[in-house]
Amino acid sequence: MKFIRKTTLSSEIPTASMPDIIFMLLIFFMVTTVLREFSGLPIEIPKAKRIEKLKSKRHTSHIWISKEGLISIEDRLFNIENVRNIIYDKRVADPQIVISLKADESARMELVSGIHNELRKADALKLNYSTKTSLD
Amino acid sequence: MGKIKRRFKGGEIPTSSMADIAFLLLIFFLVTTTIDIDKGLGLVLPAEGEEIEIKKKNILNCLINSSGMVLLGGEPVNLKDVSRIVKEKLRENDKLIISVKTHEKTRYKDYVAIIDQLKIADATRISIADTD
Repeated sequence: MKFIRKTTLSSEIPTASMPDIIFMLLIFFMVTTVLREFSGLPIEIPKAKRIEKLKSKRHTSHIWISKEGLISIEDRLFNIENVRNIIYDKRVADPQIVISLKADESARMELVSGIHNELRKADALKLNYSTKTSLD
Repeated sequence: MGKIKRRFKGGEIPTSSMADIAFLLLIFFLVTTTIDIDKGLGLVLPAEGEEIEIKKKNILNCLINSSGMVLLGGEPVNLKDVSRIVKEKLRENDKLIISVKTHEKTRYKDYVAIIDQLKIADATRISIADTD
């Protein structure tokens, strides 16, 4: 018996809606991209288990603390006394701001505690200690 | 001289290259996007001038010295036992506030490890005292 194909199916992918799909993807990436990135200081961040993700990159500001005790915000070095002013400005510009503290694992608590006090004075109370995921 | 009649053929924007342009932009944003999200231990600092007196029985002192040794409620403990002990104490008293106090020369790593242990024990009331 011979099989006769009745329907003539076209096996082409419809390309008419391709630009729309691409535009959608494009808009997604445009919205999620934050172009300004800072290189910070060379640090080795500590490990922790019970970590949480920071909600938005847009509302996050980083403070780097190196092993040697240098403090860097947006690739500029600061003395501990000046941290208050810059963080206060940021806090005014964005009330939802979360400060992500990127400190070296062998940084001294003296400095971290100083940063705590400065942040409290600047009224930036949401803090996050940047850590890596511990495997064990 | 006769007038040259130009037949208007319709002013459409060519859409055939639209997909290509969009692709190019897409690739640019794909390359510049960094997907890795910042992770870490969250903490909310108390506001300036917000000092409340707390009953002594509701405070659990956690001291860390410069070599990373931990003194929890007056007893020296191992770092790994902190979460277990704190969990037990929280079960006895749910109003317990853990006060973490460090030495000036304590390494940040040891401090983060303690905060992590407290988080594992589901301690929400963590107080950070000034360094000595």
